Amino acid sequence: MSKQVKQLDRVIIRFAGDSGDGMQLTGDRFTQESAVFGNDLVTLPNFPAEIRAPQGTLPGVSSFQVHFADHDILTAGDAPDVLVAMNPAALKANLGDLPKGATIIVDTHDFTGRNLIKAGYADNPLDGLGEPGSPLGEFFVHPVDLTGMTVEAVKEFGLSRKDAARAKNMFALGLLSWMYGRPIESTITFLEKRFAKVADIRDANITAFKAGWNFGETTETFVVSYEIKPAPMSAGTYRNITGNLALSYGLVAAGVQSGLPVFLGSYPITPASDILHELSKHKAFGVTTLQAEDEIAGVGAAIGASFAGSLGVTTTSGPGIALKSEAIGLAVMTELPLLVIDVQRGGPSTGLPTKTEQADLLQAMFGRNGEAPVPIVAPQSPGDCFSAALEAARIAITYRTPVMLLSDGYLANGSEPWRIPELADLPVIDPNFATERNKTVVAKDGTETEEYWPYLRDEETLARPWAIPGTPGLEHRIGGLEKGEGHGNISYDPANHDFMVRTRQAKVDRIADSLPPLVVDDPSGEANVLVLGWGSTYGPIGAGCRRVRKAGYHVAQVHLRHLNPFPKDLGEILSRYDKVLVPEMNLGQLSLLIRGKYLVDAIGYNQVNGMPIKAAELAEAIGNLVAEAEGVTVDLTPDPIAEEASK
Amino acid sequence: MSTTEKLPFPGLRSGVELVPTNDQPQTGKEYTSDQEVRWCPGCGDYAVLKAVQGFLPELGLRRENIVFVSGIGCSSRFPYYLDTYGMHSIHGRAPSIATGIATAREDLSVWVVTGDGDALSIGGNHLIHALRRNVNMTILLFNNRIYGLTKGQYSPTSEAGKITKSTPMGSLDHPFNPVSLALGAEGSFVARTIDSDRKHLTAVLSAAAAHRGTSFVEIYQNCPIFNDGAFDAIKNNDTKADAIIPLVHGEPIRFGVEGSKGLIRDSETGGVKVVEVADVGPDAILVHNAYNPDPTTAFAISRLTDSGYLNQSPIGIFRQVERPTYDDGARAQIATARDAAPGEPIDRLAALIGGGDTWTVV
Ligand code: SF4
Repeated sequence: MSKQVKQLDRVIIRFAGDSGDGMQLTGDRFTQESAVFGNDLVTLPNFPAEIRAPQGTLPGVSSFQVHFADHDILTAGDAPDVLVAMNPAALKANLGDLPKGATIIVDTHDFTGRNLIKAGYADNPLDGLGEPGSPLGEFFVHPVDLTGMTVEAVKEFGLSRKDAARAKNMFALGLLSWMYGRPIESTITFLEKRFAKVADIRDANITAFKAGWNFGETTETFVVSYEIKPAPMSAGTYRNITGNLALSYGLVAAGVQSGLPVFLGSYPITPASDILHELSKHKAFGVTTLQAEDEIAGVGAAIGASFAGSLGVTTTSGPGIALKSEAIGLAVMTELPLLVIDVQRGGPSTGLPTKTEQADLLQAMFGRNGEAPVPIVAPQSPGDCFSAALEAARIAITYRTPVMLLSDGYLANGSEPWRIPELADLPVIDPNFATERNKTVVAKDGTETEEYWPYLRDEETLARPWAIPGTPGLEHRIGGLEKGEGHGNISYDPANHDFMVRTRQAKVDRIADSLPPLVVDDPSGEANVLVLGWGSTYGPIGAGCRRVRKAGYHVAQVHLRHLNPFPKDLGEILSRYDKVLVPEMNLGQLSLLIRGKYLVDAIGYNQVNGMPIKAAELAEAIGNLVAEAEGVTVDLTPDPIAEEASK
Repeated sequence: MSTTEKLPFPGLRSGVELVPTNDQPQTGKEYTSDQEVRWCPGCGDYAVLKAVQGFLPELGLRRENIVFVSGIGCSSRFPYYLDTYGMHSIHGRAPSIATGIATAREDLSVWVVTGDGDALSIGGNHLIHALRRNVNMTILLFNNRIYGLTKGQYSPTSEAGKITKSTPMGSLDHPFNPVSLALGAEGSFVARTIDSDRKHLTAVLSAAAAHRGTSFVEIYQNCPIFNDGAFDAIKNNDTKADAIIPLVHGEPIRFGVEGSKGLIRDSETGGVKVVEVADVGPDAILVHNAYNPDPTTAFAISRLTDSGYLNQSPIGIFRQVERPTYDDGARAQIATARDAAPGEPIDRLAALIGGGDTWTVV
């Protein structure tokens, strides 16, 4: 029979199954295929904190959502159009997120007594499909025995039933790849490599993958396949990349661009460990990775390495920052370059290890004893983690200071197409080591001696010189006790302390001189409402603003990469708008800073459910504020004329 | 290289082998910084500082390639008084900072100065892991069995029942024996010496510097202000013969007046015990073997240290064995990876970030 091909502009698919079902891999492969095909895309992996929660239960469900489109998109999508559910628990756990009319492809194999009970189903929800009263009546459901067909397809390899059934995720991937016209070569190459050492498993996976594709092609269950054209993107070479990988590459690049060996001291913690894993592969770049005995030792070793002339880096998540605070204070006092990377997760305490949150901003800003200013940089998307890492390194090295880089769980594991930068466009960072004595000291009798003063500052940046061990004549001692300005000896002098506290703050404030002006996205120039964000909310905020504009209203967007110091033009920009909305995945931390610094009535839009903000819900909030600011009623139904204009 | 100590193992690399040496003779004065020393009068730290300032020139290294790192406490002021590179860091963390320095740079001689509170209480974790990793550095633990800088609370080496400001009815904690702890943490060089015995102190420092790996040296140090007399038994001329059990590699372990006492293995406990030499005959006395790969006997000897008031303590090098060091291994892995990846870093960076599945938009 001939199949119909329908054009779509975008699709959101969620693959869901048991944590042992390989859903992350399935989603990742589908993403790679879509990326190579040229769609724009954003992904959202979601998995339990337990490595293997009890099989078949709701807490054991792992999912991977991918949003792909023929145009530029910003988020992983609010609600899936298609759910692939590999067992009853996966169906139950995700059903609530589906809009009316969504498609469900469900593996019927596990819809049996015990499995239904484990998932909390009293009756089989697949019974009576298509009849009135079916619990799945609002959806297009395709019940398919994916497991049974997989086992059948890979029979020839003589695997155990269990091993054979394991390839069902590849069968599902094959089927979905057919439905959406994905190129399959990269997945076959991937499987060949991944299972190179076990021939029968490799062949079974490839066979299951192809069988899934062929099933779509031949079965009458699926009569339509879809086409989502490549998205127009600016010229360049692209790859799909996750935030943790981009961040790791950014650190390697920072080493190359500064000529400094990178030294990572780190203790494993979700969701930051992948950076440790990745960097440990790049020893050929002179990257040293030390898996320390604890979080404190990780930052301690990094500080030691910085003192010795490396680019010291420590990676962690919120709980680790709490432990490292005292050492970060030492780096503030000794004025040594240090990168502190916080891949934020749900808190407080152990919180939600695998979920995302932005609630460490105030910890990064103030979480130390004394006046201990630390510059803060935050990436806005997975790919942006690369340049944010370079920017953090630039600040750390130029200003001799610890810098906080605030990523989060969503950026870390989420992915997007990333235009691979030209190396010539990357900043060159000059460590500018001190090699000479820098101070002529005149004794009472008029004799002059040359000395090295470790706290004699650069007039422009207020940075102190960085003399590393091995440099003759520049021997000096630094430490956590207050320093005398210039000579750097211990000083308990009250006036000196006051001066040094102000000077350390002034040095961090000076960083603002080196920042580019903010980008104000206000296409009409008529907006009264400004939406101000930071970090990973960039996507949802951008998508929310687009919805508002498509409905014919005006809204402006500014996104902060630098949270300490704020860019110099921020105050003036804030003053141009009647209302400022600050969406954050916390209870209003940036709002607090903005209110405190600029005396602006920043209005919070706050969500702390461990998931990215939903663009549609945020658009409503923006719409309400526009209504208030402009005294109009706001209806967010897209207006074709405005939509055309907003393109 | 003019390290004063001969290495025990032929072919073994010295702890300072990769550190540039100085061709000019140096003096203790060159190692003395312009900072005024601020310990209490009579503090044992003065003697150790003098000994170190006297000993460093003998090492013959370039001064700029020596780094002293300390934590917090009276002894941790040490780096300020030496004209080398130095960092006075935060409480307990010096071993981790020194691990970063020693791993990042093979050409530095790295020293940690710490105390019983700094190393064994707040920084216990870093100490044991430094010893386990065997990072090439020397840790000098000044043990005065009290908290000095915070004004006199009991420390993790104070005897149980100690009356202090924080324990008016006597402390309840059982103390650590730092040498036993270091041996249990896989220490490859473990020694004990005394602040007031400059000759012994210098000899131990010299051996410690020559050792490649983490050298752990416990220095009994008197705090005249808060714990005066803690080591009187081993310092007093009338009692020290009976109090100090001297450990010299290759020599029978004998002490007491005219060597009347000695150590033998104790078949009952599996440890070692003190006997009158006259009772067992000189040939039965245990000969000290610091190079024994098995730490069991060294540990047994360390248990002869009194945990209460110190009436008896073995002094010397308990253990000195060869074991691969963490930092040499880390640098070797980098060298291997570099050899396997020729080309300029910038080209390799381009290949790295441009790898994986890519597509080009024109
Ligand atoms: S308190 Fe004790 S250890 Fe500290 S400086 Fe004074 S005498 Fe020395």
